[in-house]
Amino acid sequence: MLTARALHHAYGNWQVLNGVDFDLARGEVLGLGGASGSGKTTLCRILAGQFTPDHGEVLLDGAKFKLARPGLPGPVQYAPQSPELAVDPRWTVGRILANATAPDPEVLTTLGIREAWTNRRPPQLSGGELARVSLSRLFHPGLRVLICDEITAQLDAIEQESLLRALIDLAGRREVALLLVSHSSSLRSRFCGKSVELGFQGKKVVQGKAAFRA
Amino acid sequence: MSDATKLPLCLPEHLRRPQRRAKRHGIVALAILGAVLAGAVLLPDGALSVNAATRAQPPQPAHLMGTDLLGRDIAARTLAALAQSVQVGLLAAGASTIMAVVLGLAATFGRMADHVVGLLTELALGLPHFVLLIMIAFAMGGGTAGVVVAVALTHWPRLARVLRHEAQTIAASDYVAISRALGRSRLWVARHHLAQPLVPQIVAGFIVIFPHAILHEAGLSFIGLGIEPHLPSIGVMLSESLREIMAGHWWVAAAPGLGLMLVALTFERFGEALRQLSNPAGEEA
Repeated sequence: MLTARALHHAYGNWQVLNGVDFDLARGEVLGLGGASGSGKTTLCRILAGQFTPDHGEVLLDGAKFKLARPGLPGPVQYAPQSPELAVDPRWTVGRILANATAPDPEVLTTLGIREAWTNRRPPQLSGGELARVSLSRLFHPGLRVLICDEITAQLDAIEQESLLRALIDLAGRREVALLLVSHSSSLRSRFCGKSVELGFQGKKVVQGKAAFRA
Repeated sequence: MSDATKLPLCLPEHLRRPQRRAKRHGIVALAILGAVLAGAVLLPDGALSVNAATRAQPPQPAHLMGTDLLGRDIAARTLAALAQSVQVGLLAAGASTIMAVVLGLAATFGRMADHVVGLLTELALGLPHFVLLIMIAFAMGGGTAGVVVAVALTHWPRLARVLRHEAQTIAASDYVAISRALGRSRLWVARHHLAQPLVPQIVAGFIVIFPHAILHEAGLSFIGLGIEPHLPSIGVMLSESLREIMAGHWWVAAAPGLGLMLVALTFERFGEALRQLSNPAGEEA
């Protein structure tokens, strides 16, 4: 469903992605791993349409797709690493949840959003609560692919488990494909049907030798 | 915990209670502004007119700040001049702030626009601005309009730079990317994500530019490029007082000089307090 062919991307002289192919099927839960600096976030942002790759293209159902049109949320959404940066710190939770479409009760219940949070602002929520808020507003009716870039990295094991279970449960019911990025191979093997790793497994990826140069 | 709660008490007052400080300075500044404008309106008829019988009188009960060589009451003239200066200052600072906002926000509309705004800002900051002021006022043929245009064209860069920086930080944030991916337009993002944090900066910027505008108005009028000589203006009064000081008439310069300083200083401090409130890190505005 979501496919990418021969993606190349460089930051200056530093070639991060060097001919990456990528396939994600409808409703699939795919894990994505790789060392720091191997280009996981770059790949995610390209798939979500936030970055334009130097070469290669991303297709949804074989066709180019638009990130979003005014008033129409895009079919591929990206949840960034830290939920604190993913929400406007001045907004209330209620306003964040209603950003694109009216909040869906099923989404709110499954992801454990409490009504008591409605008038709070992001700094008044814990990391886990914020992650749930940040994810739930992305579940609009037209969502096809949700890219989760290390969304549980800051959470403890119990919170990780419950958040990912809820997320996979919800995505499964709505046939939304999930791309779960994580350094932890055990987490990926537990939650993902399949897992790929950047820089290994035959992916033509030049690992970022100069990852820490910047 | 007790250490953490005690620590702020070691800080100077303006860092400890920035909100209270801004409020206090604001009340003082607005009270003086109100007094000047009201005083100028309430001046009795003929208060500004020439009177040969009372030429060059030193301060006395009938003329609290004395009179000039033409017998005009200095206190009344100072009040009228300050009101004139404040109006010109408000107009010039307002125009300058609008320029800063437009240019600062234009920088978020693509790389090209940002380069142009960045270049313009650096260029304007690099020029000695009083020279630029004089040139613009001269090119405009002097007068009130000349002062307003000259001040507006020379005072936008600092505020524009602050707004540009702030707007870029927000525009590059993850939450803006998400709002865009959720189908929100650039305009919507500007209204809902940018406006709230930027409005305090804009207000503080305006208040900081205002005393500069007043001082430059006086400066330009002093050298004859500002407000027309027949209108009461601090710059004109100070320039006229030069001759009289040599005759020992110190009071002719005292009232307009102190009045100008009072208005400029209170607004300078109010602006500074506001700026600290909206930008505690202390980047220069």
